[in-house]
Amino acid sequence: MQSSSFPLIPVRDSSATAMVRTSALFVLVALLCLPWADLSISTRDPWQELARLGWGLLTPSFDNPLTLLEALANTLAFALQGVALGAVGGFLLALGYRRAAVRRFAAFIRAIHELFWALLFIQLAGLSPAAGVLAIAIPYAGTFAKIYGELFEEVDPSARQALPVGTGALSAFFFTELPQCFAHMVTYTRYRLECGIRSSAVLGFIGLPTVGFHLETALKQGQYSEAAALFYALVLVIVTLHGWMRAKLLPLYLLAVLVWLPPVAQFNGALVWRFFSEDIVPAPLRQGWNGEGLWRWLHALWSSQIAPGLGNTLVLALLALIGTGLVTLLTFPAISHLFGRPVTRAGGHFFLVLMRSAPEYLLAFVGLLLWGPSMLPAVVALSLHNGAIIAHLVGHYSDSLQLRDDAVTGLNRYLFEVLPRIYRTFLAFTLYRFEILMRETAMLGILGIPTLGFFIDSAFTEFRFDRAMLLLLVTALLNMSVDMLARTLRRRLHLSSQPESL
Amino acid sequence: MSGAMTSPVLFHLDEAVIGYGSRAVLRGCQLSIATGEKVALLGESGAGKTTLLRQLRSLRPADVAWCPQNTGLVPMLSVFHNIYMGRLDRHSFFYNLLNLVHPLAQPRDEIAALAQQLGLQEKLFTSVDKLSGGQQSRTSLGRALYQQRPVFLGDEPVSAVDEVQADQLLQLICARHETMVIALHDVALALRYCNRVIGLQGGRIALDQPASACDPAELLRLYAHA
Repeated sequence: MQSSSFPLIPVRDSSATAMVRTSALFVLVALLCLPWADLSISTRDPWQELARLGWGLLTPSFDNPLTLLEALANTLAFALQGVALGAVGGFLLALGYRRAAVRRFAAFIRAIHELFWALLFIQLAGLSPAAGVLAIAIPYAGTFAKIYGELFEEVDPSARQALPVGTGALSAFFFTELPQCFAHMVTYTRYRLECGIRSSAVLGFIGLPTVGFHLETALKQGQYSEAAALFYALVLVIVTLHGWMRAKLLPLYLLAVLVWLPPVAQFNGALVWRFFSEDIVPAPLRQGWNGEGLWRWLHALWSSQIAPGLGNTLVLALLALIGTGLVTLLTFPAISHLFGRPVTRAGGHFFLVLMRSAPEYLLAFVGLLLWGPSMLPAVVALSLHNGAIIAHLVGHYSDSLQLRDDAVTGLNRYLFEVLPRIYRTFLAFTLYRFEILMRETAMLGILGIPTLGFFIDSAFTEFRFDRAMLLLLVTALLNMSVDMLARTLRRRLHLSSQPESL
Repeated sequence: MSGAMTSPVLFHLDEAVIGYGSRAVLRGCQLSIATGEKVALLGESGAGKTTLLRQLRSLRPADVAWCPQNTGLVPMLSVFHNIYMGRLDRHSFFYNLLNLVHPLAQPRDEIAALAQQLGLQEKLFTSVDKLSGGQQSRTSLGRALYQQRPVFLGDEPVSAVDEVQADQLLQLICARHETMVIALHDVALALRYCNRVIGLQGGRIALDQPASACDPAELLRLYAHA
């Protein structure tokens, strides 16, 4: 009836619209953040420094191979011990993942970055092997608990329902959930070992004897060839992981690293007691309850550190999120079979592997040398590393697309055939990565960018542990909220809740 | 109905409404099943056979060998392990764990003998994801037989195997259980192995007769749309 007198109005009901809206919202918020972002370049001649760095990357050399091998062995020792301990702890937590208290506890310990845990344990146990192992194990346990726990929950319940009534909980678990999840758990754990090697390398930047320790020295002295050799060695270890990490050899590796670097520490009992009974008590409360003093202390800390730290962390993380998205969308075609030639794809893989294997911290450190202290190095570092990870996954996903024989090529293919098809997956990965970006952003403050990590690091350096604890708590709460927000967004967009290998 | 029975009553439902949550699947169920009866449940899919079987299981969980329609096998575990799971409730956790890692002699012999009867002897240590549908269904049946309970409750336990095998398997089930209630879709098999037929239609018990009094043509009417 209407069609005769009124023109039909097309119904706006496009699946693309919801995704575009979400993306646009993030871009808009990031643009609004720009005025607060310090993206200046303060070094005198960044191009010359970049050229020197480039030359170093082309001419890797290392005077003392034994030192290099020792640093690699230490890096592997911290990583293997930390990840193994984290996996066992995470597994135990995952057994109780149905309980909200366990879920919250796991979320809390993984919300604090391994570098912050390291700062804390170095206070308690010195620059000891145990401090490094625990710093990796604790946040990793939180992540393992989440991934394992969600795997157990998603298992097809029919096997459990078919069990005889009266079967013990542990027997039922070992015969039904565990075998069905085991392959996934192994894949994920191996991926986390790769992350653990990166984390372990970065722990060197705060003093533990891993690759990062020598990298920092070499980079600070401008010895880029030496730094390149260390970097390539690290990349090589990570890239060949699938080759040398075999289930049968694992016990041997674990034994070897335990002998190489026994996870011991010289705890000073009195010092540890003082730390918990006095140092971390807010200063105004140390001589008894002082409500007014506490309020002033909190207020001062809020306005001078917490608020600016929070603000900078959020601004930087949002910019890095947009940067990550851009890097992903620009680089995934480089490895996709839908574009390019074998030669360009090989180049694409090489670049993505380098960026994936390089810890954000290292990239940001290099950026600081090139451009001086501002948010720019951090944004670039976070975008490159995380963008490379997602581009790798999206590129592989795009290979599974079946285009018709007469599909367009080039930019038109990218815009009309590929981008709409990969966009949901891309969004899921990117939103999942947002939680990780937030953790890393807070942590990069240790490099001097005034995010929460900057104030945490300063508090540790000044032995103001009461401040450090409060700031760590704020950081953890921030990360937990982002975790929840991202989960809600994913659910609203009907995106998969668990990209397996992130 | 129950007046004719002399054996003790095993299951008794009185005007029961059965369903999941607030959704009733079966209404007005008036039913008694005595020890020694061999009952066939007939009816279209969706008529409530599975619901009724689940209800019966919940009434006597400790006496029931349970054989669900969706096999509930753990795909990456072997036939041995999946059958062993029928007795997880009778051993300690550590004994179970030991058998998960390395099958012990006693359960291995018992299960090998059972697998022989099911025609699965060669597949004893093959994971069930590498078996055919029929072999998987026999593994699931094996798990129920291994439970060695007096009452067998089976939801289409032989629907995935051919007629000859179905015959053999039903003989096996009958020989090893005092009482059984099985959902079947093959009327001839139902009349051959059962002494009582319960027909379900539209969420109600439409028919409840001794098998000897059943007219096959009448039974087929259960499958006509109400």
